[in-house]
Amino acid sequence: MSPALSGVLQLLALAAALGLVYRPLGDHMARTYSCDRHLRVERWIYKAIGADPTGEMSWPAYLRGVLAFSAVGVLFLYLLQRVQGVLPGSLGFSSIDPDQAFNTAASFVSNTNWQSYYGEQAMGHVVQTGGLAVQNFVSAAVGMAVAVALVRGFARAHTGELGNFWSDLVRGTVRVLLPVSVIGAIVLVACGVIQNFAGIHGVGQFPGGTQQWNGGAVASQEAVKHLGTNGGGYFNANSAHPFENPTPLSNLFEVFLILLIPFALTRTFGRMVGSLRQGYAILAAMATIWVVFTLLMMWTELAHRGTAFEIAGGAMEGKETRFGISGSALFSVATTLTSTGAVNSFHSSNTGLGGGINLLGMQLGETAPGGVGSGLYGMLVMAVVAVFIAGLMVGRTPEYLGRKIGTRQITFAACYLLVTPALVLGFTAAAMALDTPGHSMTNSGAHGFSEILYAYTSGANNNGSAFAGLDADTQWFNTTIGIAMLLGRFLPMVFVLALAGSLAEQTPVPETAGTLRTHKPLFTGLLIGTILIITGLTYFPALALGPLAEGLAS
Amino acid sequence: MNSSLKNTARMLGAGLRALLVLTLVCGVVYPLAVTGVAQTLFRDQANGSEITSEGRVVGSSLIGQRYDLPVTTGTGEAAAPDLRWFQPRPSNGLGANGVNTRYALILSGATNRAGDNAELVRWVKDAKEAVSRDNSTPGHPVAPSDVPADAVTSSGSGLDPHISPAYARLQVNRVAERNGLDAGRVAELVESHTSDRVLGFIGEPRVNVLQLNLALRASAS
Repeated sequence: MSPALSGVLQLLALAAALGLVYRPLGDHMARTYSCDRHLRVERWIYKAIGADPTGEMSWPAYLRGVLAFSAVGVLFLYLLQRVQGVLPGSLGFSSIDPDQAFNTAASFVSNTNWQSYYGEQAMGHVVQTGGLAVQNFVSAAVGMAVAVALVRGFARAHTGELGNFWSDLVRGTVRVLLPVSVIGAIVLVACGVIQNFAGIHGVGQFPGGTQQWNGGAVASQEAVKHLGTNGGGYFNANSAHPFENPTPLSNLFEVFLILLIPFALTRTFGRMVGSLRQGYAILAAMATIWVVFTLLMMWTELAHRGTAFEIAGGAMEGKETRFGISGSALFSVATTLTSTGAVNSFHSSNTGLGGGINLLGMQLGETAPGGVGSGLYGMLVMAVVAVFIAGLMVGRTPEYLGRKIGTRQITFAACYLLVTPALVLGFTAAAMALDTPGHSMTNSGAHGFSEILYAYTSGANNNGSAFAGLDADTQWFNTTIGIAMLLGRFLPMVFVLALAGSLAEQTPVPETAGTLRTHKPLFTGLLIGTILIITGLTYFPALALGPLAEGLAS
Repeated sequence: MNSSLKNTARMLGAGLRALLVLTLVCGVVYPLAVTGVAQTLFRDQANGSEITSEGRVVGSSLIGQRYDLPVTTGTGEAAAPDLRWFQPRPSNGLGANGVNTRYALILSGATNRAGDNAELVRWVKDAKEAVSRDNSTPGHPVAPSDVPADAVTSSGSGLDPHISPAYARLQVNRVAERNGLDAGRVAELVESHTSDRVLGFIGEPRVNVLQLNLALRASAS
């Protein structure tokens, strides 16, 4: 069997597995966010928080909940790293420097998981398991909560109320992320992912002598790292490390976990707005982009253009034997089209075009299928814009799901779309113009520019993967990427919640013969076109200087 | 102003309490529960899939090792491969820890070099030359064009425990000669240590270098 055929079969198997769980998981999440009953453990948690889970919130109140919880999260994680040196259970590792601690705290709270540190030499049990892994859960739950609030905006009428943030946060964690993570972690251990608290210990070697390994709670962190589209590895090599991703089967399973919730949320959306077909139209747009990107990536990596790869006879640099080219391509597209950023191969050593596909995937706004929650709300904002463009073409007031898309709505959508490109291009331009940031590049020329463009694209889109040739542990990069991650996460949420609030207040307009049918393939096509055109117009000049130049030169 | 300040403080308080409770659930109870299950049901895997040979641990079936000749300390020379053993892939991206230096940790990682990077081009060329030179035996020359890609490129983790069956087969004559074994016998060892794709289509065919070298050592002695 050729590697290409094996790759296509793996893609098909993955699609089949995702299709199998799509309905039960999507419906389960719809029930989770709609039902009136509270589990006993949830009631206990609400009591501890001191929050009333039934109190409805307007969009500013919901936003305050999101921001307060996240601000506390950043501060807590920052302090935890700063005092690591005196914390028990930290392997005697020293405290993290202020700029790196800020960067890491911003990174994990914003669901980015950009890492400027080496996991195995810097972070002890307490920070990894009690700090970083906790944000893997709750930052994902925050993303899902905001997405659900926007869906409620479409589903509700004559009210400004979007639900209760604390209830959505707790339910997403307890009823969705925790149970799936437990199952996922146990499957991963069965494959060979380690789960112990051995710390640093010597292990014998074949030629004699010993080497030191760092043993920790890896499987439990690995499961939620993928499920919550977080991506921060326990070890520096992330999911290329055999203790994080030991077999071809675990590799496919990890890609499955990455895509699981983002795809299934379209079913949740359809359920909650009362028309499953609306969810399918969104799903079709996401799935089309995902499949096309994956096939393109497999093609360019198997074709292995590039001086070193042509001499070697294959683009195996930075890739593991057990996954091969196809298994690496599958993973690297899934991780950059969602906001995951975990890697099982190193994107900097992809072919020029392959690296460009990684970059473009993130620049699409990570909507195919995107991060948990952020993928759905990103896609719905794009749908609003698509409906608006269609309305302009026929000279009709645009509507989506019975809601008028007026000046206010389109203003919020436009602001949402502007935030990330402004951060990416602004910071990249600044880094290129200044003297010192350039010293961090490993590669020169077009690829060196790509390293910096990739870093800010990854940060502002909350992805977290890297063209890791860039030495990002400098004060400049720790600080600016940290700021890009926080603004890239929370400013869009402001506009999403404002949009949700303005939608929930409306009186629904009845569907007429002139209404755009947003559950038809025509709309799916329009949506994909809108995403590609907006992204293309925004990023083409920057892409031309980096990966396109490199890809065409080789 | 005063009431909004109070409101903010109230929200931050609720946020802190929520974080602490969820830290207890997701950061303490969850990992401990998973550890409990893992250590009960999959004790071997959870502790690193260690391999024991002749009564001592010789590594993990999942973690690649180097099979080099001992280096004379102080010379600063790079370790030369011990050609008695099957050789793994290069690992130019591995590092040593720069902080918390009372430990001697291996930092997993890749080279992160692009396809047109001059250093990577040189590494690949040098490796190709070395592999074809080292593996050429009288009567069995190895041309540089016979060398598969995985033999001259570093993996993502630097700890890749596998090589491709092609690279393993390419080393058979050399390994047989150095160990005074029949080449047919060594080729059989490679064959019996080759894993196919999972279910016939997932991943790539591969050979576990540590397990192969253990079998080789058993045959040689």
